[in-house]
Amino acid sequence: MSDPAAPAIEVSHLVKTFGGVTAVSDISFNVARGEIVGFLGPNGAGKSTTMRILTGYLPATSGSVKILGLPVASRPDEVKRRIGYMPENNPLPEEMRVSEYMYFRGRLKEVPRRILGPRIDEVLEVCDLKRVRHKLIGQLSKGYRQRVGIAEAILAEPPVIIMDEPTIGLDPHQILIVRDLIAGLRGRMTVIISSHILPEIEVTCDRVLIINQGRVVAQGTPGDLRRDIFGHSTYELDVAGPLATLPALLSGIEPTLRVDQQQEPRADGFTHLTLHTGREDDLGEALVRELLAHGFRVRSLTRVHPTLEDLFLAATRRSWDVVAPPSPREHPA
Amino acid sequence: MKHYLTLLSHEIRMLLVSPSTYVAATAFLAFMGFIFTEILSHYSKSPQELSPTHVFFELFWLPVFFMVPLLTMKCLAEERRLGTIETLLTTPVTTTEVVLGKYTAAYLLYVGLWGSTGGFFYILKRFSGDARFLDPGPLIGGYLFIGISGLLFIAIGVFASSLSRNQAVAGIIAFTLLFGLIIGMRSLGEATWLAQGGMASLRDAVDYAQIFTHRDDFTRGVVDTRHLLFYLSGTVLALIFSILGVEAKLLHS
Repeated sequence: MSDPAAPAIEVSHLVKTFGGVTAVSDISFNVARGEIVGFLGPNGAGKSTTMRILTGYLPATSGSVKILGLPVASRPDEVKRRIGYMPENNPLPEEMRVSEYMYFRGRLKEVPRRILGPRIDEVLEVCDLKRVRHKLIGQLSKGYRQRVGIAEAILAEPPVIIMDEPTIGLDPHQILIVRDLIAGLRGRMTVIISSHILPEIEVTCDRVLIINQGRVVAQGTPGDLRRDIFGHSTYELDVAGPLATLPALLSGIEPTLRVDQQQEPRADGFTHLTLHTGREDDLGEALVRELLAHGFRVRSLTRVHPTLEDLFLAATRRSWDVVAPPSPREHPA
Repeated sequence: MKHYLTLLSHEIRMLLVSPSTYVAATAFLAFMGFIFTEILSHYSKSPQELSPTHVFFELFWLPVFFMVPLLTMKCLAEERRLGTIETLLTTPVTTTEVVLGKYTAAYLLYVGLWGSTGGFFYILKRFSGDARFLDPGPLIGGYLFIGISGLLFIAIGVFASSLSRNQAVAGIIAFTLLFGLIIGMRSLGEATWLAQGGMASLRDAVDYAQIFTHRDDFTRGVVDTRHLLFYLSGTVLALIFSILGVEAKLLHS
């Protein structure tokens, strides 16, 4: 049996090569039980390969993967009973009806016949598929097909769910439904999803893993990642006044605070400035007070929150620098 | 083997709801009916030594060459092309169960199609009123041969299907393998160079694998355990290779 204290997913030093090409190189990460983790990375970063290894579909070249404390390589059958997997592109048999497909999958996943019927009803209800349950899967639109895939993954109530790009090709309304669906699994099931839709990940996931070129380049909560990758806060400011005295004034407030970018003054005398600081806490109030006290007129002040998109770009670019020969000009990030 | 029956009933169900099964069955019966009528009209012109049943089963290779590839080429190639093999193999089923389920379903369809040709003999007996046409010995022997050789032929088709994700390629591989086994072995058996001294043991092996000879024995009512062993061991080997074929593709995909 599985060890009740073990993390849901434990990956250590995972390597996968395909005929000399390294798809995944030395990835290690853990996912705690009940956690929802987002798996981000550009195309070809090794997301799908990693997920396939997690399910036991592909063997790893080296390293170890444990699901609920069970090693995937040596006990694949027990692992497969504990996961729900939705592969990339969500392959489905065209000529089956939705309810037939659910029944077939339920039997394969060893759901007892007695509870399978009510469970299928429940899953179809949750995924809003009741109206199409007697339709052929081949005739369904993309959004319905995606939801059939998700319904199938959660059908047997597995403790670990692995979904490869579940929201791809959905319209915003359907994305919302899927997001609620995944959020509804929080605490009960461990979910690992990969996606390109970054705001999705940010809203649903407790933690984010960013991989690039087969390596984990960043992991943590979106907040942690912001701190790790950017290491500073950014403010945007519209002011008019004696700009020459500004640097001295800023370092009086906080030694690391400096002007990063300065636009040409506009006709009305206001200038748009971008400020950087290493401080994490909000300096907005102090900034406004000091500026006003020194004769500046302030029209707007915003603290810029880097989105996950910026993080993603910065993290994948940073790893590019690590892999590629160092360029003469360092990136500010 | 827990999921074997689930997979098998799924496969049979899919065959029964698919229109292509009925199209194939109709075409097969039309083709076999044509052969049967040709044989009968041949018999009505001049007296022959062998019974029509004997001649009918003598032509078994004709439907085997086109039916077996058509019936089996889809089974694993299609799963791989659509990617559904991935969802299938990430449930607690083994590759063996998947391959056996598909194999059994294809075999049952094959045997069912051949079984339906039994109607020809019934019609012949009913309307000719002559029991001489319906020689039970060759009839039972012939169908027994079809049933047992079908085990191997379908297994070869499944193996071909495990090699490619393209149905057409799988079909051509199956056809080539069957052709090599049935016709190629016969021409090897007739080759004189094999009869020479050092090749004697090889010659024995080739003689053992003469499917036409097996057919003759069966229709004469001789059920030789060596023949049974040939088909059963061949089937097991082809199925093991199919399982390895599917798994090897996973390793190198």
